[in-house]
Amino acid sequence: MFRFRLDGSSGVPPYLQLVHQVRQALLLGYLQEGDRLPTVKDVAADLVINPNTVVKAYRQLEHERLAGGRPGQGTFITAAAAPVRPEAQDLRDSLEAWLRAANEAGLDEAAVTALIAVARRDLSKERERAR
Amino acid sequence: MTEIGRPVIRQGADGGVPALRTDRLGRRYGKVWGLRNCTIEVPAGAVAALVGPNGAGKTTLLQMIIGLLEPTEGQVKVFGRASRANTTQTLARVGYVAQDHPLYRDFTVADMFHLGRAMNLSWDQQLAVARVAELGIPLGRKVRHLSGGQQAQVSLTMALAKKAPLLVLDEPVSSLDPVARLEFMRDLMAAAADSALTFLIASHVVAELERFCDWLIVLSRGHVQLAGPADDLLGDHRLLTVPRATADSELPGTVVERIDSDRHSTVLVCTDPVQLAVQGHAGWQADPVSFEQLVMAYLQRPAPTVDGDPGPAAQRPWPSAKAVTR
Repeated sequence: MFRFRLDGSSGVPPYLQLVHQVRQALLLGYLQEGDRLPTVKDVAADLVINPNTVVKAYRQLEHERLAGGRPGQGTFITAAAAPVRPEAQDLRDSLEAWLRAANEAGLDEAAVTALIAVARRDLSKERERAR
Repeated sequence: MTEIGRPVIRQGADGGVPALRTDRLGRRYGKVWGLRNCTIEVPAGAVAALVGPNGAGKTTLLQMIIGLLEPTEGQVKVFGRASRANTTQTLARVGYVAQDHPLYRDFTVADMFHLGRAMNLSWDQQLAVARVAELGIPLGRKVRHLSGGQQAQVSLTMALAKKAPLLVLDEPVSSLDPVARLEFMRDLMAAAADSALTFLIASHVVAELERFCDWLIVLSRGHVQLAGPADDLLGDHRLLTVPRATADSELPGTVVERIDSDRHSTVLVCTDPVQLAVQGHAGWQADPVSFEQLVMAYLQRPAPTVDGDPGPAAQRPWPSAKAVTR
């Protein structure tokens, strides 16, 4: 049975953390079509979180058509795992090359994180303006 | 125009009868108001946290909700029906777990349940017995021989067996050690998943509350400072880093808290994210705010300027952009 975890210091709302974990597990093949997700009560007791948070996460997964409820049986994964696209490997290679270059240029962890955050922000602003 | 001190109150999405509604509720002790102008709503099925420092008016509010204290002004409605203090009907509709889990120390758990059955209009003996069995608490054991955690569990069991649709807990874990605290909250969250009950949990411990509650009420100095769905409240606030010279009036939304450094200022604003995107400048940085930062900022805000009449609460001026509703 799939088990969730919760990172209290991430700043990401708990319900979104649950949604992200299912998406990620689907991408990595840890979750497959037809798998049953744990019951709301089990997740609430396991993680010691509000059951409404779990309900909200499951509704979001249903909204994204990644999971669906079957009356009296539980919530099941309905999406097939997305196959890893060949571009993904290329992107990973170029990211590793970039990180190596940053390291050689003397940038530390914090500087790298800051650069990535700034670049992401610029991109999202660009998208905002394009809209 | 400064709006500092005005409470921020958000309404829920659905229009069903709220589990709890207070309307301009106030209680005066002699010349001092313990609580004033308290207008809050908790939707059915919510797990609501009532946060505030000691002396903020939490206990005064809780006692008026459970019907142990008569309001000086305003009223309390539980599931649409007005509550009157010290009436059996009011007391039957609200379950209560007190801070120190008062139980008779020389009674056995079975004796406590017997008392519960005799003293309440409705009582689910089967639920009570099944719960303590599941928790491994022997029915024949005397209360004095139970651990603090087990006493808390018995108190919660008695409140649940009462079958009241609204359950009020006053600092339920403050007397427990960290392990017992976690076990109690685990049990409470499982009970919440099993039932359609509405919970109101008072606490002065802010850390970790985000895990437990979906509705938040922040009380300080006898006034409501912040109230509404926790996710919406978080979404409506941003932590801006701006040049020091930026005036409050140039910032989008309402300034909740401002900390000035030599060259830059960190400002917590209550704002519409869309408005921020439009009004934001290139040199500004906007970050999401954590649950604890949000609560602490509102707890430290100055009280409303005119004590008798703080004016209408700040209402959400923009439509809710929630993709998922409760």
